[in-house]
Amino acid sequence: MTRTLWDSSLGKKTVMAVSGLIMLLYLVVHMIGNLKIFFGSGEFNHYAHWLRTMGEPFLHYEWALWIVRVVLVAAVVLHAVSAYQLSRRDIRARPAKYVHRKPRASYATRTMRWGGIILGLFIVWHILDLTTGTVHPGGFQSGHPYQNVIDTFSTWYGNTIYIVAMLALGLHVQHGFWSAAQTLGAGSATRDRVLKTIANALAAVLTLGFICVPVAVMTGVVS
Amino acid sequence: MKLTLRVWRQKNADAPGTMSTYEVDGISQDMSFLEMLDTLNEELILAGDDPVAFDHDCREGICGACSLVINGDAHGPERTTTCQLHMRSFEDGDTIDIEPWRASAFPVVKDLVVDRSAFDRIIQAGGYISAPTGTAPEAHAAPVPKPDADFAFEHAECIGCGACVAACPNGSAMLFTSAKINHLNVLPQGAPERETRVLDMVGQMDSEGFGGCTLTGECATACPKGIPLPSISAMNKEWLRATRKVRR
Repeated sequence: MTRTLWDSSLGKKTVMAVSGLIMLLYLVVHMIGNLKIFFGSGEFNHYAHWLRTMGEPFLHYEWALWIVRVVLVAAVVLHAVSAYQLSRRDIRARPAKYVHRKPRASYATRTMRWGGIILGLFIVWHILDLTTGTVHPGGFQSGHPYQNVIDTFSTWYGNTIYIVAMLALGLHVQHGFWSAAQTLGAGSATRDRVLKTIANALAAVLTLGFICVPVAVMTGVVS
Repeated sequence: MKLTLRVWRQKNADAPGTMSTYEVDGISQDMSFLEMLDTLNEELILAGDDPVAFDHDCREGICGACSLVINGDAHGPERTTTCQLHMRSFEDGDTIDIEPWRASAFPVVKDLVVDRSAFDRIIQAGGYISAPTGTAPEAHAAPVPKPDADFAFEHAECIGCGACVAACPNGSAMLFTSAKINHLNVLPQGAPERETRVLDMVGQMDSEGFGGCTLTGECATACPKGIPLPSISAMNKEWLRATRKVRR
């Protein structure tokens, strides 16, 4: 059955849909966690520490966090590899373009591939910035995420990269959630309107929820 | 009406093609698009030139033979087949671009004619039912619920013209394949091959070199028979069900 899935274009799309939904679920949780920054450094840092102790005493320190990390890396890799292979297939299937061209499909639909690449690059920067601290502006302090977040969003490039990436995320989620639902067979004439509404709502909530953090730092609401 | 036509001319499958410009005059608004091309071809023949090759058959909008991309739209600006498109949809003095279906699975044979036998092979892979031979069975022997009959009929309307593939930026045949699968899979007559049908037809679709679906919705917009976009989701559901049920 694994072979059937991976060898078929529909199977690869299923892999894309499921891995995308896993990442989407994570993003909703991540966004809610981020919003704790509005309740001050104590609550935010306490929440960040809990992420490492979650599951104790059944799980050892940081085990739960590492399980989440492994699942996410697997999802990103599967999503990217199937996207690459499916895109190659799509481009091969339509080698000659029409002379008479018309702009088609929504902006979100047309930017799925480049948007995905932007998000991939953003994830690398985001981890190097706020998880490992490799490219963090100022001194990265492990265990003081509140201060680290403020450092990042006190630079113009930190804000620019983050906000552009979150806009790309919104577009990607808007078309991606709807497409994933169709791929998994949830689409029908009666349900499509609801699915599109959920996709639009998810895209808007995630984008606004993430962007309000740098905006709050820029405007001094969080300092 | 006087029109300027820019038509894709290509001698054969291996020759490079190009857009050639022609002027046609004396076109009536009541002519169909194909009759307008007939007029052009008569002039070309009288002038000793090679007439423009294009597919057509019934000219009643039910056979699926006609296939032109007109000003970037499969079957032109109206939601119908090219043979049912009339010149009243255009203005006097218009320039009209006419191109063949574009997809690597539909190679150009000559001018505007493409080879659509990939669709035939998808049908051969499972677009049939196992029926006993002999006299026709009693029509009421296999009851079909009304919603299922409607669903089957909606998809049975597909005439296999290939406009979905031509309109899709990925050259995907998913709307065609899903119409054929859904039409038979929902009916009791199609039940014996329900799982193998979807697996084999999707497998054939993949091996013909069609692209995948990215839900742009261009296919359903271009379809002259109004096959809806959720057809593809229904096919995906059937395919996922079949992969769980069938061990191979």
